[in-house]
Amino acid sequence: MFYREAGDFKTSYRDDGQTFPIKLDRWGYYAILAVAFLVVPFVIDSYWANAVLVPFLIYAIAAIGLNILTGYAGQVSLGTGGFMAVGAYAVYKLMVAFPGVPIVIHIVLAGAITAVVGMLFGLPSLRIKGFYLAVATLAAQFFLVWLFNKVPWFYNYSASGQINAPERTILGWAVTGPATTASAKYLICLSFAVLLAWVARNLTRGSVGRKWMAIRDMDIAAEIIGVNPLTAKLSAFAVSSFFVGIAGALLFSVYLGAAEASEAFGINKSFLVLFMIIIGGLGSIFGSFAGAAFLVLLPVFLKNVLVAQLGWPTDLAAHIELMIVGALIVFFLIVEPHGLARLWALTKEKLRLWPFPH
Amino acid sequence: MKLKLATVALGAVMAAAPAMADLVVPNLSYRTGPYGANGTQYADGFNDYFTLLNERDGGIGGERIRTPECETAYNTEKGVECYESTKGSGALVYNPLSTGITYQLIPKVAADKIPLYTPGYGRTSAKNGKVFEWVFNAPANYWDGASVAVKYLLDQNGGSLEGKKIALVYHNSAYGKEPIRTLQELGKKHGFTLTELPVDPPGQEQKSQWLQIRRDKPDYVLMWGWGVMNQTAIQEAANIRFPMENFIGTYWSGSEVDVKPVGAGANGYKALTFHGVGMDYPIYEDMKKHVIDPGKASQGGQFVGSVLYSRGMYAAVVIAEAIAKAQELAGTPQITAAQLRDGFEALDITPERLAELGLPDFGPEIKMTCDNHGGSGMARLQQWDASAGKWTLITDFTQPDQDVLDPLILEDSEAYAKEAGISPRC
Repeated sequence: MFYREAGDFKTSYRDDGQTFPIKLDRWGYYAILAVAFLVVPFVIDSYWANAVLVPFLIYAIAAIGLNILTGYAGQVSLGTGGFMAVGAYAVYKLMVAFPGVPIVIHIVLAGAITAVVGMLFGLPSLRIKGFYLAVATLAAQFFLVWLFNKVPWFYNYSASGQINAPERTILGWAVTGPATTASAKYLICLSFAVLLAWVARNLTRGSVGRKWMAIRDMDIAAEIIGVNPLTAKLSAFAVSSFFVGIAGALLFSVYLGAAEASEAFGINKSFLVLFMIIIGGLGSIFGSFAGAAFLVLLPVFLKNVLVAQLGWPTDLAAHIELMIVGALIVFFLIVEPHGLARLWALTKEKLRLWPFPH
Repeated sequence: MKLKLATVALGAVMAAAPAMADLVVPNLSYRTGPYGANGTQYADGFNDYFTLLNERDGGIGGERIRTPECETAYNTEKGVECYESTKGSGALVYNPLSTGITYQLIPKVAADKIPLYTPGYGRTSAKNGKVFEWVFNAPANYWDGASVAVKYLLDQNGGSLEGKKIALVYHNSAYGKEPIRTLQELGKKHGFTLTELPVDPPGQEQKSQWLQIRRDKPDYVLMWGWGVMNQTAIQEAANIRFPMENFIGTYWSGSEVDVKPVGAGANGYKALTFHGVGMDYPIYEDMKKHVIDPGKASQGGQFVGSVLYSRGMYAAVVIAEAIAKAQELAGTPQITAAQLRDGFEALDITPERLAELGLPDFGPEIKMTCDNHGGSGMARLQQWDASAGKWTLITDFTQPDQDVLDPLILEDSEAYAKEAGISPRC
């Protein structure tokens, strides 16, 4: 009864193949977009932007990127943190070297640079698979962080090895630097997230995505039916790293404003994004958002409940928070091994039939 | 949909946050993670001093002080979250006890007009108040510490370090890298060679660095470490039988938690400090009467008198003095963050005032001005006595070599001013 599908007929292949084939879903999607773009920017304050929505959107971009590589193309990667560092340092060098060029171009270029680096580290995937590939990408993680710590050129020879984002504007609105308003921060991240999610969705249901999925499901069979593993795997690495690079660039320039490689882009970050896609659901764009929401919002939510509402000591709350998040991860994965996206799909299936399940 | 539910619930939580008209000094602490053992003692000292003021004097100028705590786990992203969640509550000053978080907050506090007080850590060149209007790092900073340590070594060697080898074992982060430039300059001036040995955070893995020290046999080892890195380094030094009296840690590598796990092997280890240690100060009588005995001490008062507890208390003392000064200047007890900044800039904590506070000879004189936000920079050395289980002060307060430091501070702060588009004031 929630979904009233009577009369919602598809008369063309185009209609049938759209992302949201059910009318109610489609309207819900438009409504969420409208609220996100037209309502939230006017009511958002800096706490909501900096502690909740901006990190959520940035991690969602990173999760979509890793999901393309791991969820769609089946190549396990533990180098996400390192690739995010490439995006961050690339955007820093570009921002400082070419102050006159719009920041959006810098962010996209940082993504492109990360794509090249990602392809380079994706080359071993042509020979090795599974756990062995995971170890090779782990090497990328450690090498890249080491590189950004070791070579002073990357941080412009500053005494502390920190990089700081100078102020840059779009149409007169500051989007990086301390004077940035909460809504400007939120809007730039939202625009990138929506645009990139749209690109990812359309890539993954087109021929490119089908090649990736063929490689994931059985690479020998895919090769026999004419999928070139070289281009399929490397394009997955390139597109994935492009997304992750943009996430890293936004994380540094818009969200944090200052960063150092080992602290902001360590191995923990790689695991965090990997957990996001595992909990959210491999091979799902919605799952990337759900996973990012779960791991970004839940700790903040728990902290607010335990410390601000219940008045617990902060250290006890921090420990309990880790235990609750850990327990929920285990719980969700036992209940639904395919992640939140699958859980949502099942719920929707039940809702469509309710109240007359057969 | 889940996201929406979560945001609605979170909104309800946030809306219920209390708003009171006290003086708010947020305590961005960390009691968990690899740095928790150190951070927790500092946070206790910080809380307890304000509790003492509330209980004994009814606050400062009649206004009670609140220190809402927020756990950062020494993580910059959590630090940003803590800053954003507390700044709306009328926060007067921040003291995050993390150089990484300080670097995040320096541009933010300038935009939000809230002072940032970073005693002994943070960005060294923030001493230049012409560029860093909202940041204060008195009484001493990293470069002061490096210089005082080298001065001490000069004294030990009859005024010359020509041909000596000094190794620096450092936390491979913004914090650990800070002293390198100064030590290089000092090396040029005094003729010693500097070997840099980075340790990746958190620092439990240092075998290769200490193997190199065993091979190179440097005359002295300096350490810029924090958290578990300290005890690991001191243990490794004891393992290779490096003479402990030639091993000097910075301010943050010289607390009880760092040396106690090593036992007798840590005997003779030295560290820099910019304040006194132990409970032989009159203030602890009041502390016992008003805070500890009534059971109001943070975490039950288990760390009272330790090095890091004293340091947290000292930070609170300076902040409290600045608040009092600001109230005096503004003519009202209800000050704003901008008025507190003026209070910091006019701060003058004389030795007499320290004695009045019950802390005679506890710290150096702190006098800040518009262009000097770092005080005198004086520091002293303490040595660990493993059998007695306590730190003993072994030198008086020593002036750092400002001839070397001033040009470096000017250079670094001007580079920042150029990058951030700040025109110097004063």
